[in-house]
Amino acid sequence: MGRRNRLTLIGIILLVAFASCVLLIDKIDLPLIGERDGMKLGLDLQGGTNLIYEADFSDIPSGERSRRLDEIKRIIERRINKYGVAEPVIQTMGSDRISIQLPGVTDVDEAKDLVGKTALLEFWDQTGGASAAVTQEAKAGDAQIVVNDAGRFSVGDIITIGPWQEAWDEDALTDARTITDIDQGTNTLTLDSELDLDHEFGEAVQVWLPATGTIDGEEKPLTGIYLKDAEVDIQGRTNEPVVRFEWDSDGAELFSQITGRLIGMPLGIVLDSELISAPVVRSQIRESGIIEGLDVGEAQRLAIQLDTGALPVPLTLVREQTVDATLGEDSLDKSLIAGIVGLALVLAFMIIYYRLPGVLASFSLLIYTAFVLSIFKMVPVTLTLAGLAALIISIGMAVDANILIFERTKEELRARKGLKAAIEAGFDRAWPSIRDSNVSTFITCAILYWFGDQFGAAPVMGFALTLFVGVAVSMFTAIIVTRTFLRVIVLTPVVRRVGLFRP
Amino acid sequence: MIDFVGKRKWYFLFSALVILVGVISLIAFGLKGGIEFTSGSTMTIDFEQTVEQADLRDEMANLGQDDAIIQRTGEDDFLIRTRELEPEVRDPVTGEVITPSEQQMIEEGLELRFGPLIVSDFYSVSPSMAKDIGRNAAIAVVVAAVGILLYITWAFRRLVKSFRFGVCAIVALVHDVLVVLGMYALLGAFFNLEITVMFIMGVLAIIGYSVNDTIVVFDRIRENMAKRSGRDIEETINNSILETLGRSLNTSLTCLFVLLALFLFGGATIHNFILVLIIGVISGTYSSVCIASQLLIVWEKGGLGRLFRRVRPRRVQLKEA
Repeated sequence: MGRRNRLTLIGIILLVAFASCVLLIDKIDLPLIGERDGMKLGLDLQGGTNLIYEADFSDIPSGERSRRLDEIKRIIERRINKYGVAEPVIQTMGSDRISIQLPGVTDVDEAKDLVGKTALLEFWDQTGGASAAVTQEAKAGDAQIVVNDAGRFSVGDIITIGPWQEAWDEDALTDARTITDIDQGTNTLTLDSELDLDHEFGEAVQVWLPATGTIDGEEKPLTGIYLKDAEVDIQGRTNEPVVRFEWDSDGAELFSQITGRLIGMPLGIVLDSELISAPVVRSQIRESGIIEGLDVGEAQRLAIQLDTGALPVPLTLVREQTVDATLGEDSLDKSLIAGIVGLALVLAFMIIYYRLPGVLASFSLLIYTAFVLSIFKMVPVTLTLAGLAALIISIGMAVDANILIFERTKEELRARKGLKAAIEAGFDRAWPSIRDSNVSTFITCAILYWFGDQFGAAPVMGFALTLFVGVAVSMFTAIIVTRTFLRVIVLTPVVRRVGLFRP
Repeated sequence: MIDFVGKRKWYFLFSALVILVGVISLIAFGLKGGIEFTSGSTMTIDFEQTVEQADLRDEMANLGQDDAIIQRTGEDDFLIRTRELEPEVRDPVTGEVITPSEQQMIEEGLELRFGPLIVSDFYSVSPSMAKDIGRNAAIAVVVAAVGILLYITWAFRRLVKSFRFGVCAIVALVHDVLVVLGMYALLGAFFNLEITVMFIMGVLAIIGYSVNDTIVVFDRIRENMAKRSGRDIEETINNSILETLGRSLNTSLTCLFVLLALFLFGGATIHNFILVLIIGVISGTYSSVCIASQLLIVWEKGGLGRLFRRVRPRRVQLKEA
């Protein structure tokens, strides 16, 4: 046994020992890699929800979009982390999509409500907006009102219908609605939903506009960007959940200017262009405030959303997939059985057809399987059903390099070369084929990966990545490992029985 | 010595027939797009009690889903495909649910009629997501083909007509993709197979496999041409095919072993994907031996025009004999 062979053999043994340790010890902690606890399974294998959102970038210049998408991703990450989901995976996809994987989450509606909301908090008042009087009484259930001058309003305005501004007090009854259509001829405003209250002749219709204040001589609207903190609290008086928020210094300055100006008048709290409440300001406030009128879950989610900031643009849900945990487990079990059966068939074929070299190739194949599995445990790749399929298929393809080499060796033996020379020639001559054919597989893997990324199909990316790793590792095991085994075996008495090398 | 190349017109004829049947199936039955292509929702429901498909269809219609497609996937398991289901609507002020999601309404409605059930898989795709995928899939296939053509031309650059190797490999690749599409359309007409992202993935994987297989044969042709083995190109290529035949068959066998194991024991989710790969591996092995290499000879001997002119007189001779 040559010195180089011995070193390679020792190297292989060490690698196999390392891979076995990685696989057999449940929790590993390695330098550079960090702590790993078992394989990371995809949603299709462990159950959970995958949501894909599309960002509306129509108003954002294309150069800024990728930065915005990253910002959205960070906000969603913070929202989900605060909500408390174990091991969420949040990825940007293509130019305008975000994929959110929530393992084990079953209440999908709640998750969608948390993640997908823009959560832009605004404060509006009625001091600068248009106003008009109701000229025809309106009953609860109506969706239209008639005013004296519809020309003052425009579609999309948020209005309140109720007593005049000066008459506001805590018990004043008002309806807040959005105008969806205006008929100038009849001075009729069509509203987004039916009225809850009756409205009498002469009541006021007033438009809400963003409340502003001045900072460093500049007029600025007060929005959620000035928030320092937001949390759920229980209001002592009514025992109802509220969201308590706190301003940063600029926010406090704006808030104090606005509340100072609006004493005795309503301040509208607007979330995502919906007026959620309009309390009457009792006194000038600086640092903090509360939002009322929410149920517990809603208050919790709103507090998280306000605390983590508003999304820069609205999101639309474009794909949703939820897999039950039992189905995932079933898929995993079935794949394992298929993998074991497939591996056994390949091993049996190789041994029956190629005899002794087949036995060595089988050892290489087992080593290959151990290597690939340990790589997937060390590198945080999520193993999906498609990835598992790729892993199993790669077992069938991993022996290709060995088949090429052994066929070549048999040819050399037929040409009456000595066994040792035939083996070496087999490896050398098969190498260009192995190299060229595998490069074409690498090209396909790269394109598959791109396709998966574009469509946000994690399974496709998992498949491409698994196949890539599989082919790369198989080149190592089929060539280095099998070759070293053969070189070692050639030095033993087996060599005299050339028949073991030919079926 | 076996004469592989002499029978090439039979290979071409056989492939033409298979592809013809496939193309006719494609035109007659078409490929049914899954929800990833057409948008919509699917849900897999496992019932605890025995449920008749007709009753389920009836109840779905009651729930306002009369265009739902219902498929039995297991003893008491069904796959229900609908248009994209509406999400729930909440009151923006109080957070109260005004209208529950359609998914929830279906679940509750079915539970009321058929007893306890589990929705083991829910999948919903919106039109905006669906519109890109067909285009992206086509781009991926074309980019893969061009990338491989360039690569083969480069890998065989020492040969005079290296471009021809690339083109022949691409023809074999297109052959395999056509066979897969055609067979899928044919089988789809009987077993209700749909085009999914998994299917596209299978086609792309087949492209990789087909070229991988072709390159091994081409590699041997390259080597034998350099050694000047054989009197002419026909004999060189015939030798090369014979020398690599064992490898070609054995590698597709080991691949088919694992694919068969996955098809028989693996989950139902990947069934169609594995089916594509099985058809593709068989076609890929056949095309590298019987199409790609044979085309090289035809091209060397004077292009496709002469192939057809030569085939005709030979047919006459066969009849006379």
